[in-house]
Amino acid sequence: MAATISYDDVQVGTELPAQSFPVTRATLVRYAGASGDFNPIHWNEKFAKEVGLPDVIAHGMFTMAEAIRVVTDWAGDPAAVVDYGVRFTKPVVVPNDDKGALIEVGAAVAAKDDEARTVRVDLVARCDGQKVLGMARAVVKLA
Amino acid sequence: MALDQSFVGRTYPATDPYEVGREKIREFAEAVGDANPAYTDPEAARALGHPDVIAPPTFVFAITFKAAGQVVQDPQLGLDYDRVVHGDQRFEYVRPVRAGDRLTVTSTIDSIKSLAGNDVLLVRGEVHDADGELVVTAHTKLVARAAEEA
Repeated sequence: MAATISYDDVQVGTELPAQSFPVTRATLVRYAGASGDFNPIHWNEKFAKEVGLPDVIAHGMFTMAEAIRVVTDWAGDPAAVVDYGVRFTKPVVVPNDDKGALIEVGAAVAAKDDEARTVRVDLVARCDGQKVLGMARAVVKLA
Repeated sequence: MALDQSFVGRTYPATDPYEVGREKIREFAEAVGDANPAYTDPEAARALGHPDVIAPPTFVFAITFKAAGQVVQDPQLGLDYDRVVHGDQRFEYVRPVRAGDRLTVTSTIDSIKSLAGNDVLLVRGEVHDADGELVVTAHTKLVARAAEEA
């Protein structure tokens, strides 16, 4: 583990650089293949609407994977993340057009643990102005 | 109908080993658009102190979720999979998953609750390497929505 951010340089309230992640239907097909999650709600509009969804939605785990990039890019070593959890509160709806959807992720240090030299980072992920993840938290071991 | 509480604490047999390949990690990293070299370049991973390329934090879900299928599809438990949505997900890491790992998953039902007619199932997946060392624990909350809401 080799985080490049020093524990002592981080305060409660320190903001991590925010990032935005575009997601199109092609992204979802690719993620389905890579993850092995072929649930048709993530690629078949007809099926998604039949089960009551407004349209095809992104895999919750895709959103979870994107959100943590804000932390791993900041920490320097992805292995600095020792705990990561989210609640899937709202689906990311992905229309069948050139634009798709945009997942916007911000994060800030919410707590410090002097003994473990870890920080708790609280993440906020939004799509179309609505929160798509709840209780999104990562514990990060810093240098 | 509420699920049988006596299934709480039930542990399912460990899965067959899943061998983590460098190219599978690369495929996953590319699918989430993550260019971090620790996922694709063994030299970059070694520079961070890892013996080989490591996997992005959520990579292991593909393995743990497949293992959780034993629980979800247990005919005795009787969960209606067509009504199941993924509620929460959490990972506790001992170390990152890395190329060359041979991982087995042991799934346990941690809790069963009934909330407003929904069945809420918490499944713990403990992921061990070939030496039997714990690598990561996945906590997956599955919600089976009440039939009338489906």
